[in-house]
Amino acid sequence: MYKRLLSCVREYKTPSLLTLLFITLEAAIECFIPFITANLVNRIEAGTQMPFVVRTGLFLILMAVLSLACGGLAAVTCAKASAGFAKNLRRDAFYNIQRYSFQNIDRFSSSSLVTRLTTDIMHVRMSYMMLIRIAVRAPLMLIFSIIMAYIMGGALATSFLILVPILAGGLLLVARKAMPAFRRVFRKYDRLNESIEENVRNMRVVKSFSREPYEKEKFATAAETIRKDFTFAERLVALNTPLMQFCVYFNMIFVLLVGSKLIITSGGSLINVGEITAMLTYGMQILMQLMMLSMIYVMLTMSAESMKRLDEVLTEQPALTNPENPITDVADGSIDFSGVSFKYSDKAENFALADIDLHIPSGMTVGILGGTGSSKTTLVQLIPRLYDTTEGCIQVGGVDVRRYDLNTLRNAVAMVLQKNLLFSGTIKDNLRWGNEHATDEEIEEACRLAQAHDFVSAFPDGYDTYIEQGGTNVSGGQKQRLCIARALLKKPKILILDDSTSAVDTKTDANIRAGFREYIPETTKIIIAQRVASVQDADLILIMENGSIAAMGTHEELLASNDMYQEIYAQQSNGGEEHA
Amino acid sequence: MHKPMRSMNRGMHPGDKKIGLAPLLRIVKILFRSYPVLIPITIVCILFSAGVSAIPSVFTQKVLKVVTDCLQTGTLSWAVAKERILPLVGILITLYVLSIVFITLHTQLMAYITQGFLCKLRSKLFDGMQNLPIKYFDTNKHGDIMSHYTNDIDTLRQLVSQSLPSLLQAGTIVLTVLFIMLWYSALMTLIVLVGVAIIFFVSKKVGGGSAKYFIRQQKSIGKVEGFIQEMMNGQKVVKVFCHEKQARADFDAINEELYHDAVRAHAYANILGPVVMNIGNILYVSCAMIGGLFLVAGVPNVSLSGLAFTIDLVVPFLNMTKQFTGNINQVSQQFNSIIMGMAGAQRVLSLMDQEPEVDEGYVTLVNAHIDADGTVTETQHRTGQWAWKHPHSDGTLTYTPLQGDVRLTDVTFAYTEGKTVLRDVSVYAEPGQKVAFVGATGAGKTTITNLINRFYDITDGKVRYDGININKIKKSDLRRSLGVVLQETNLFTGTVMDNIRYGRLDATDEECCEAAKLAGAHDFISRLPQGYDTPLSNNGSNLSQGQRQLLAIARAAVADPPVMILDEATSSIDTRTEAIVQRGMDKLMEGRTVFVIAHRLSTVMDSDVIMVLENGRIIERGNHETLLAQKGTYYQLYTGAFELD
Repeated sequence: MYKRLLSCVREYKTPSLLTLLFITLEAAIECFIPFITANLVNRIEAGTQMPFVVRTGLFLILMAVLSLACGGLAAVTCAKASAGFAKNLRRDAFYNIQRYSFQNIDRFSSSSLVTRLTTDIMHVRMSYMMLIRIAVRAPLMLIFSIIMAYIMGGALATSFLILVPILAGGLLLVARKAMPAFRRVFRKYDRLNESIEENVRNMRVVKSFSREPYEKEKFATAAETIRKDFTFAERLVALNTPLMQFCVYFNMIFVLLVGSKLIITSGGSLINVGEITAMLTYGMQILMQLMMLSMIYVMLTMSAESMKRLDEVLTEQPALTNPENPITDVADGSIDFSGVSFKYSDKAENFALADIDLHIPSGMTVGILGGTGSSKTTLVQLIPRLYDTTEGCIQVGGVDVRRYDLNTLRNAVAMVLQKNLLFSGTIKDNLRWGNEHATDEEIEEACRLAQAHDFVSAFPDGYDTYIEQGGTNVSGGQKQRLCIARALLKKPKILILDDSTSAVDTKTDANIRAGFREYIPETTKIIIAQRVASVQDADLILIMENGSIAAMGTHEELLASNDMYQEIYAQQSNGGEEHA
Repeated sequence: MHKPMRSMNRGMHPGDKKIGLAPLLRIVKILFRSYPVLIPITIVCILFSAGVSAIPSVFTQKVLKVVTDCLQTGTLSWAVAKERILPLVGILITLYVLSIVFITLHTQLMAYITQGFLCKLRSKLFDGMQNLPIKYFDTNKHGDIMSHYTNDIDTLRQLVSQSLPSLLQAGTIVLTVLFIMLWYSALMTLIVLVGVAIIFFVSKKVGGGSAKYFIRQQKSIGKVEGFIQEMMNGQKVVKVFCHEKQARADFDAINEELYHDAVRAHAYANILGPVVMNIGNILYVSCAMIGGLFLVAGVPNVSLSGLAFTIDLVVPFLNMTKQFTGNINQVSQQFNSIIMGMAGAQRVLSLMDQEPEVDEGYVTLVNAHIDADGTVTETQHRTGQWAWKHPHSDGTLTYTPLQGDVRLTDVTFAYTEGKTVLRDVSVYAEPGQKVAFVGATGAGKTTITNLINRFYDITDGKVRYDGININKIKKSDLRRSLGVVLQETNLFTGTVMDNIRYGRLDATDEECCEAAKLAGAHDFISRLPQGYDTPLSNNGSNLSQGQRQLLAIARAAVADPPVMILDEATSSIDTRTEAIVQRGMDKLMEGRTVFVIAHRLSTVMDSDVIMVLENGRIIERGNHETLLAQKGTYYQLYTGAFELD
């Protein structure tokens, strides 16, 4: 998994490596500085010539400037590397999602995909940044510091031999214990926030039933458990500070005591005052680095979950692929279902569609009625091969849909989805989804056919009216008509409307259908509807029930023979429907 | 755990600049009030441990002095030196032990206090929110309300658990060290201070640049997130239209833009560390050199202590320089999160300061015993009969049986002043009657029901319930007497049984089952894998729309109110499921006063009265037959000539 994610670094390998280089240099210089300083201090102490002091001093300043340069360069390359890595991850994930088929999309909810592409990538980016900056720097500094300490302090450095295992062990222990506690509490915390969201969303219900006291009590209990769990976890982590401090203090006393003894007994030949100061500095540095390492450990394990989620998106294989040597021409709009059965996943017990045999000649208008869960939508989604059949085969224009190039097939089969969407952009932008190169005249024509031209022209900006995200500034009926126009622009051989006129008034609905009859007679039209009125003039009406076709025939035939049809018809039409 | 980053960036928003200290002070006040004993203890611990961590350099200096003395005098005997060094080390160890004790104490206390405080704050926010009027929820985006609980609380946590203590700690250390430095040498201190001034200046410059680019980056992130959100929601449309290539191209463009802004923002942020550190290094070296120079040149020392310039003064001084700049650095790092904390505090307080829903109602709903002759006596236990208990100004009490007679007389209402939504609406609903409202979106149908249960208060006119002005009725009791089923079914996380029982908390399992049977929900519930114990989450996403609606009806049924409001309760269900739901509702409506708002006229045809609303006025009223005969708007709606959207 890590390897796969890291492969997204690609062109940002150079800045990443440069970062490592600069960081290494910076760390080396930083570890070297106390060494020289010790020398300087000793010289001052020995009262040697001023020129030397100045020379060493200037050398040190030069080192600091070098370190600054390295640090600065690393800052820039690191920003490039991590932002670039994030960019590539985002791009790869987005590109892969574009390859998803409906089945893949169903597996991930859209909100989970959004989180993966935003927050999860942000976490991974931060981890990567930590990785190339601190994860390299900290062990380097640790090693450098220990080496320098040995060179200088000799015996004094033994204190690190004692301290490093103590601190490392302690930090690891705390991290090990605290992490699962944090994970648990974060999950609870997420749930608490979800329940707050639920409360806000359901406020009308809460108030209607006067349940405010009940909600308060429920919340107080949940908040209290969270407080307990959080306190436990935080108190564990809080142990790090005294532990660290203990090590610092221990080192100080050790160095002071043993150091001064060494100086005095050796008459300053084994170690000197300057070196003692340097040892103290190295001590701090070594302990700080351990702290850093434990931080990185926690951070990386915490973001492991994000990485896993992201990896899922990247490795998901599209359930549908283009065939080899695909056919790129659809002969006509005929549709043939032969022994088609379908279930949404291999594990599903029941078939969503069972044993469908259906033959629709090109140019026919077919209406489909049925309750929720009767698989009307499932049936039509198989035609543009949004899903593959589980058994049997579907032919469009006399050819198995699996043999077509996917784009060819879907351009020939235009589908207006039930859950329809317009995107932010002008009306024209939205309509051009149907055909990128559509002329203004073509757009207008499609809109006339979808009964959208009148209201669009009534907008002050006409076809350049900006549609807000989610299409919130047009009414439901207007949105549906625009979506139909968008599909019409494809000049499809087959047009499928999945409950696409539910918010359109019956008269307009009838006008749309009349337009279809007149202007696109060769196009096969499949109309799923709730209203009998929307389908009663179709050449063929299907009644779907529990994944199979319960009855089919014309309006008159069904009215004569089918109970369910009669029932729906009666329910919807006592009195007024004849005007439609 | 996904939120902190966003909150960080929110804190840097330029719009937040006008934040005074006042919110911060109020938060601190709440903090103190919550833990009046623990907080002072913690502060003492912090101050002490900070003080102690500044002092050791004094003793280091003393020990080193002994060592140099020994070297100079040539007494190279550890036994002699030990006599002088060991007591010093002894003091040092004592201080350290104390310091560790205090550090342990204050870090543990801080963990305890922070979480306790956050818990309290959360509960305070939530409790306050329960008391807010519906208007607040109608006029604020739910995402914004939520961010008080997530982002803002997170910034406050950062503030309380880290920024404030480390400010206190670093501040104490800085002051102590400054004092000690002055004690040693005022001249050298001056040099250090100049260096610190430079650090401040540079980090302000760099920090400013970083803030500027962070804002730019934030905008780009917003753009990318918006795009991703739109595309993920519309992914199926993308597929159907073979729009993948275009989507990829659009994405690449904004993704590239984000990359550029992110590089700048992070480069600036990353550079701050090395810059500050190395200025610190240079400062250290300069001190060493100047100290050396002073030593060699024999410059007279100016200090509080009157100590002369010696090597054993310069060395600890150098260490203090490190400590000083290190802590100054820490203070400056906390700066950003304190500003963010102040912004967070302000936002949290703004929610807490919202005016709660006022309720001057004094008429209450009580269990009652109603005799055959109509005398009402109040009882404590549940009788299934209710009465309004009405205390009068002369001290007397009257009891009015709860019947469900609702009358609106000449009601006028505006959500915002000047924009009248309802004009002179009069509706009389007698007990047991079914009153329907039809009309286009925005005609004011839902508004009427909002007024009956006093989610909003009428601007003009009168609403009477069983002859009592509803302004006199205690809101919670008024609402208890009204059952509501809304178009969006709002279920809660919990079992099916929990959700039904929401209607009446003391209902037994049997009563809940009865209600489910009445609503026609029992059948499908029994078929669920765990029956009534099936857990629901995410607004009952494991149920169909129709099933959710049936549960909402069962919930209203168990409450058994005399008046029901059904607001578009069936409009998002298909016609066949509607028939089932309708049966449940018909049973529920028996013997109750019912207000129905419906999209589909089939639901309202059998109403006693149908009101057709247009632009806040009742333009037609009558029953189905009379209205059809009028051939007016109702007729047109019924025949589908009008778009009812």
